[in-house]
Amino acid sequence: MTDLSSLAPVAIAVALIVAATPLVFAALGELVVERAGVLNLGVEGMMITGAVAGFAAAHESGSFWWGVLAAPLAGAALAALFAALTQGLMSNQVATGLALTLFGLGIAALLGQGYSGTPAPRVPRLALPWLSEAPVIGPLVFAHDPLIYLSLALVAGVTWFLARSRGGLVLRAVGENHDAAHAIGHPVVRTRTLAILFGGACAGMGGAYLSLVAAPLWVEGMTAGRGWIALAIVVFASWRPWRAFLGAWLFGGVTIAQLNLQAAGVAVQSQWLSMTPYLATVLVLVVISRRGRRGAPGCLGRPFFASG
Amino acid sequence: MWRLERRRERSEAMALAAPLIALGLTLVFGMLLFAALGKDPLRTVELIFWEPLTRPFTRGELLVKGTPLVLIALGLSFGFRAGVWNIGAEGQFVMGAVAGGAVALAVHGAEGVWVLPIMALAGMAAGVGWAMIPAILRVRFGASEILVSLMLVYVATLFLSAMVSGPLRDPDGFNFPESRLFHDSAILPRLIEGTRAHVGALVALVAAVAVWVVLRRHVLGFSLELFGQAPRAARFAGFSEAATVTICLGVSGAAAGLAGMFEAAGPVGQLVPSLPVGYGFTAIIVAFLGRLHPVGILLAGGLLALTYIGGEAAQLEMRLPAAAISVFQGMLLFFLLGADMLSEFRLVRRAPA
Repeated sequence: MTDLSSLAPVAIAVALIVAATPLVFAALGELVVERAGVLNLGVEGMMITGAVAGFAAAHESGSFWWGVLAAPLAGAALAALFAALTQGLMSNQVATGLALTLFGLGIAALLGQGYSGTPAPRVPRLALPWLSEAPVIGPLVFAHDPLIYLSLALVAGVTWFLARSRGGLVLRAVGENHDAAHAIGHPVVRTRTLAILFGGACAGMGGAYLSLVAAPLWVEGMTAGRGWIALAIVVFASWRPWRAFLGAWLFGGVTIAQLNLQAAGVAVQSQWLSMTPYLATVLVLVVISRRGRRGAPGCLGRPFFASG
Repeated sequence: MWRLERRRERSEAMALAAPLIALGLTLVFGMLLFAALGKDPLRTVELIFWEPLTRPFTRGELLVKGTPLVLIALGLSFGFRAGVWNIGAEGQFVMGAVAGGAVALAVHGAEGVWVLPIMALAGMAAGVGWAMIPAILRVRFGASEILVSLMLVYVATLFLSAMVSGPLRDPDGFNFPESRLFHDSAILPRLIEGTRAHVGALVALVAAVAVWVVLRRHVLGFSLELFGQAPRAARFAGFSEAATVTICLGVSGAAAGLAGMFEAAGPVGQLVPSLPVGYGFTAIIVAFLGRLHPVGILLAGGLLALTYIGGEAAQLEMRLPAAAISVFQGMLLFFLLGADMLSEFRLVRRAPA
């Protein structure tokens, strides 16, 4: 018999936030990359590399913070490969992104060989005097791990950067029309390379959130397609940061809903419920895409070669 | 200081040399990687790239692993020529295996030469059906076939798992999530005694010839090329984009579905959750490494099959994780994409200012 009354709303909301945060990081990073006109399909690979690097660094040092530092570096290192190939050698972005995912999944499994089954260091949590212990509002707002607050700051920061800063303007110009941007003297390749590195760092951080906070342990292949879902969220968001944030929380909601239904013992084979996040992604892509590619950067995925 | 200069024409010689350059670089960097992991690099390379060729059983295994890789890559080569990116061949492979396996289990015990052909048809139909989802969603709604086909890989894998722990589970299997072993009439005939190589290898060979004819002699091959190089020109010439997307996904779905059915009815002999081992993803590398050309795909399929077998040997002997092989494979694709630059550009020495 299904017992839905046992589900505690506050606990579910907190679980939703935890499930959404890796997607917030990865989707925001990829959003910036795509706004610069580059399609990096390697998010899954960068994410899982970040997950293993973060876990390994935290485990070896005994400190959560070394993990938080190592993961974005690992993600950016992988992204640097992508940047060298697509920006330096003008390789096909779709194929290179795929190669990055295959390579990342492999290297992560290789590096993580000795770490499955080992514990992660304790995660520090915000503890404000009595605000954090307050009922409902405490666990919902004031008692999270630091990375959740970082993800919120990142949403605000990226929004501000793209809309209000000079760098953001250049980045968008490069993404909309790289020939025009080049003609008026903006460094197309440099802008794109920086965006790609930022995207890699964000994906790495998203991965580390999985292995250090959400799980918290290392399992081979633990990203389970979240990098690809992040790519779909960028489309869902019409390339806008706040909507990407919303999309990530929506997918967090779907994940948590199906997990809770499984836990509550719904009389359906667990596999059918596990399919829902992936099916929801397809559904969302269809609904969004039928309105046309509004908001897609003009030069998305097109290689740039400065002639003359 | 060196800089890149665009060539007037694509260099065919460089396009053919790129896979060899990539293989060479992969070997060098692979050895560095293994040395860094504290393994003897020369021994590792010998184990992965040479020893599988020296024993009759592993030579047969080359055909076992090469068959799905070549079949799937042949199908993918259609779409990759036209800029249609089916990334979800792994899912179509799984659905083909489930459908073929379901037929085998439904007629379990029946004798007759008709069993295998019907299984093959079911497998192909399921592969096509699964590939039609991204095709229709792209044609009707403009949804990215990359993301949709990929999401469906996860769905297909879960579907297989649901099937073998539900309707297709072995009734005498103590609740293990496996189907029963297929009856002999539903097992592919062996090609070479003493190995696991099956007749699927011949089918892959015939498919390669067929693909060569279609791409060379049929207008379809031309229209695919045109869509890949100049989509606007293709539309002006009256070729339908919707038809191209549908055909490309359909062909690759059929090939992947057939490969999945071969896997279930060949080396595995039943449906198990661990049936998909990544052939659908590795086949992407095979297609690129083979220059999207049937002959190239046969060669590249052989090479990557070698890494699978050598990888298994390396797992046993050097206790390398299975993933080390995907590092090799990813590196190969990286270097290939980098080396490909040489067919479009040339390196020239920058004149001193």
